[in-house]
Amino acid sequence: MSATGRRQRRGAGLALLAVPVVFLAIFFVWPVGTIFATGFAPDGDLELGVVGRVIGDPAVRSVAWFTLWQAAASTALTLLVGLPGAYALARMEFRGRSLLQAGVTIPFVLPTVVVGSAFLALLGPRSPINTALTTVLGDAAPTLDLRRTVVAILVAHVFFNYAVVVRTVGGLWSLLDPRLEDAARVLGASRWRAFREVSLPLLRPAIASAAAIVFLFTFTSFGVVLILGGPGRATIEVEIHRATTQLLDLPLASALAVLQLIAVLASLLVYGRLQRRAPTQPLVGATTTRRPPRSAGERWFLRGNLVVVAALLASPLLVLVERSLTTADGYGLANWRALLTDDRATVLAVPAGEAVRNSLLFGLSATLIALVVGGLAATAATSRDGRLSRIVDRGLMVPLGTSAVTIGFGFLIALDRPPLDLRGSPLLVPIAQALIATPFVVRTLLPVLRSIDERLRDAAAVLGASPRRIWREVDLPIVGRAALVAAGFSFAIAVGEFGATVFVARANLPTMPVAIFRLLGRPGVANFGQAMAMSTLLMVVTASAILAIDRLRVGQVGRF
Amino acid sequence: MPHGAPLELTGVTVTYGPYDAVRDLDLRANAGEVLCVLGPSGCGKSTLLRAVAGLEPSRTGTIRLDDRQLDGLRPDQRDVGLMFQDHALFPHRTVADNVAFGPRMRGLDRRSVADRVDDALRLVDLTDLAGRRITELSGGEQQRVALARAVAPRPKLLMLDEPLGSLDRALQARLLDDLTRVFSELGTTVLHVTHDQQEALAVADRVAVMRAGRVEQLGSPDELWRGPRTAFVARFLGLEHVVRLTVRDGVADSPWGPLAVPGTRDGDHDVVLLPEALRVIDAGEPRRDDELAVTGRIVGRRFAGDHLRVTVDPGTGPTLTVPVWRGSVPEPGSDLELALDPQAARILEPETTTRSTR
Repeated sequence: MSATGRRQRRGAGLALLAVPVVFLAIFFVWPVGTIFATGFAPDGDLELGVVGRVIGDPAVRSVAWFTLWQAAASTALTLLVGLPGAYALARMEFRGRSLLQAGVTIPFVLPTVVVGSAFLALLGPRSPINTALTTVLGDAAPTLDLRRTVVAILVAHVFFNYAVVVRTVGGLWSLLDPRLEDAARVLGASRWRAFREVSLPLLRPAIASAAAIVFLFTFTSFGVVLILGGPGRATIEVEIHRATTQLLDLPLASALAVLQLIAVLASLLVYGRLQRRAPTQPLVGATTTRRPPRSAGERWFLRGNLVVVAALLASPLLVLVERSLTTADGYGLANWRALLTDDRATVLAVPAGEAVRNSLLFGLSATLIALVVGGLAATAATSRDGRLSRIVDRGLMVPLGTSAVTIGFGFLIALDRPPLDLRGSPLLVPIAQALIATPFVVRTLLPVLRSIDERLRDAAAVLGASPRRIWREVDLPIVGRAALVAAGFSFAIAVGEFGATVFVARANLPTMPVAIFRLLGRPGVANFGQAMAMSTLLMVVTASAILAIDRLRVGQVGRF
Repeated sequence: MPHGAPLELTGVTVTYGPYDAVRDLDLRANAGEVLCVLGPSGCGKSTLLRAVAGLEPSRTGTIRLDDRQLDGLRPDQRDVGLMFQDHALFPHRTVADNVAFGPRMRGLDRRSVADRVDDALRLVDLTDLAGRRITELSGGEQQRVALARAVAPRPKLLMLDEPLGSLDRALQARLLDDLTRVFSELGTTVLHVTHDQQEALAVADRVAVMRAGRVEQLGSPDELWRGPRTAFVARFLGLEHVVRLTVRDGVADSPWGPLAVPGTRDGDHDVVLLPEALRVIDAGEPRRDDELAVTGRIVGRRFAGDHLRVTVDPGTGPTLTVPVWRGSVPEPGSDLELALDPQAARILEPETTTRSTR
């Protein structure tokens, strides 16, 4: 291509980038910058003492310590439970396997508030666990109440991130040549030794990256800890929320957010380093490495994993549904009816049904914004200009690493005064949600766009198509399906978004997660029941969006 | 070096997915013998090795190595060596670490492990590459590392699954010589699986031709070559001339004249012409009286390196292909005079196997 042509192309790429760049500048850089400004210069003058004071504060230290150790413990536990599951799903063939594979992904995409509600229901005094204990032991049975304990937080985190391990490690495991372990076995290694000496080292990159992701997610955990934790069991995220809404100490919240940002960026760097050092793997081609379990030991191993999935992944969700149908006098639809008809509006300031409507409207708007911003950015990133493409790639990933709470908090303190006073604007919610969803849109579209053979575009151009026409006739049809996937993803994220939304949603425009949180904060069986019903509804909405995507992408969910 | 142990399989059936990949198979390899299992892909020969190694459970039958029954033992308890197709070397370890793996698993001390690695690498002439990474090796070097890794624990039985399969022709020829040398140096019992009849005939003391999970014929290379039992064996060994003929009073009535097949009952039979049955008549070697004269038009010519394979249409019956070693190059369309030895024909047993190979 001529130099002029290249310059033109770069010009076109930059033009496409204008929208995402402006969007990010206003809604990411500005708020985060304001956080830094508030943290370092609360009164307009640079005052590094604030950060020092925050770090020196024993209360903050204990929060930071708790955040760190619960994340480490959650990561270790998730690996412990997830690795056998990854093996079972990657290497064993059994009836219902592909359905189960899709099913274990659902917890990962469920809104944190739903997960919190589900574990409140499962671990509370009125849970089926206690019912069973009472049935077996009579009145002497101890009542198990694990709400507001570390155990609840850890278990919920394992529930959430099980799929990360199964997908990341299992993905590599299913491609690893099984004859390597065979070779080790014939050479005299026991089954365990063959795993330890051959498979484990080869899986290490995948295990490390799964661990890094789980650590990042649990380190920035907000909704789950807010609902299931308690005094002395708060993460930095929860503490930012408390400092903002209860202590009204914005400098403290800002300093905590800065601390959080630094920790997240550091772990992202480590993650990137790990990814780059991955060695070449002896991968099998398209042939499957799965086979039915053959020995009794293998069958018990499989059963054990199915029990874990049932107990850990399925039971909280089932109990959630059960509790949504439990009323003061036996089973019934009272909670559900209340959702639609109850307009006492005591707790929520609005009828519960309106929260559902708000969520859907906000979710659709956020999806639209994320698709436009992410779509333009991804298109710009596919330009032949390698440097531009890399910058977009990296630049858009920064919001991905930034916690939702940081974004929500940044919105709260940055967009409430001139030049940009959006206080009270209902637009803030979908914009915040879109900001969180955009990196996922880019991640989904970019590989597909990049995979389009450049010669197809060249062919279209030679046949007389203008650049715009090429995009419409070549790129769009190919990308259409990926765009649908991205839309479904964005919608699921937006509808379930809690961390940012809880900061910016107006009292009279709550979304479903916000409404659930408020209902859970109020005493009374009716409020709890309604929270369960709305959580169930939210679970169904997000899970359907995700299952629809899965069907689009692989086309084999439910086929066995 | 230790001596090999006899291997005996009795009535072994191995189910692989929906198939019986190995069906009611009997096979015995004598101590120190190189036994080649030859067959087309999918005939069950690799499954057979995996069953002996303990990687596939056998559904029926017994497998004995030396005086020990292997059935029910785990792979790591069987004391066999297996060289995998495409090698399955550990990519995260060096050459020396790959070779050391087996001796280490047997709990040898560090000094003995090092000795075993040295011995094995010297055997395959790879001492210089001990510290290399697997990914830095050529295909031929990987093949030798795989062999060294398989022999380093000094197994009583060494099994090789298509050891030359992934290599190019020139390399195959060289490594074939290496293999025969290593086999004789080790003196261990060898079970060698291949689909290449040249490879099998070159390395084996005895060859078992396998088809659809069963042994179709077992014998020394010479026995097989001179007396293939069925049309399948004949064709698989590369004998091209198999025809269906009518036999009466020990004589087969062929389109080229009567062929001697003494002791055969009357009726229709498949008959194979052995390779030495046909030759081109030229001034140096005129036709003997006991030979049949066949004249035909040349319809095909194929260059085969040191000789030509010339296909002749005698007018009656199928075409015949003969090697032409020297003299003028026969032109297609011209006539060629052949001599056919009526003693060099063999009756083949009717095909019993109805199941087609996968």
